[in-house]
Amino acid sequence: MGLQPYLLLSAVVFSIGLFGVMTRRNTIGILLGIELMMNAVNINLVAFSRYTAVVSGMIFTVFTICITVTEAALGLAIVILLFRVRRTVMADHLDLLKG
Amino acid sequence: MTEQITFAALSVILVGSALAVVLSKNLFHAVLWLALALTGTAGIFLLLDAEFLAAVQLLLYAGGIITIVVFAIVVTERLIGERLTQTNMRMGGAALVSVVFLGFIASVLGKHALPASRPEMPGDLTRVIGEAVLTRYVLPFELLAVLMLAGMLGAIYFARPED
Repeated sequence: MGLQPYLLLSAVVFSIGLFGVMTRRNTIGILLGIELMMNAVNINLVAFSRYTAVVSGMIFTVFTICITVTEAALGLAIVILLFRVRRTVMADHLDLLKG
Repeated sequence: MTEQITFAALSVILVGSALAVVLSKNLFHAVLWLALALTGTAGIFLLLDAEFLAAVQLLLYAGGIITIVVFAIVVTERLIGERLTQTNMRMGGAALVSVVFLGFIASVLGKHALPASRPEMPGDLTRVIGEAVLTRYVLPFELLAVLMLAGMLGAIYFARPED
């Protein structure tokens, strides 16, 4: 089996994540969409790495996974802080900077 | 032949659970579907001979992130009483943008010749990754450790009890 099916699968997952980011109102829901998109990127990296026999792609995947975990932890900490201050996590209610 | 069947099954699981993540009305269910999607991705990694990455994926993503997200939902969501709608009014436009994006990627994929077979990998992958991380990539690896420490301290600082 060639490389193409893997890339296509990852493109589908990325698009679904993009859809989630655009339609969710809840900040945590938006984060879930971002996780899906990151996941699709990881599939891409590993697939290219495997089909070109260059290990760098897999090492990059280790790095991206760790950075994504840090990002998720910090993002959720910000969400919890926002909830404490504004009592809501809906993205369209967080319009403090709107003129 | 078995590779095709496994790939097809994993694709169905992955795409189905990803759709459930973005469409499910209950955020709690969405997180559980995300756990399935991440496990499916670990299966794809196994299919690509990356056992180490499959393990990392299960430990960090399916273990770590799901736990944190569940905690965040429990803290911020009104689990009893009236529920707010979870999606905004832009479903049609968002679907259009996503489909156009997917079509663009698919057309690019169709135009280029991609490798159809896998070359032999240099030995035991886990060993190769471990050696590369501690020799050629040692500086980014240490920076990653600093980043994770800073992130952890930042998260603890943000979520500290009010005084």
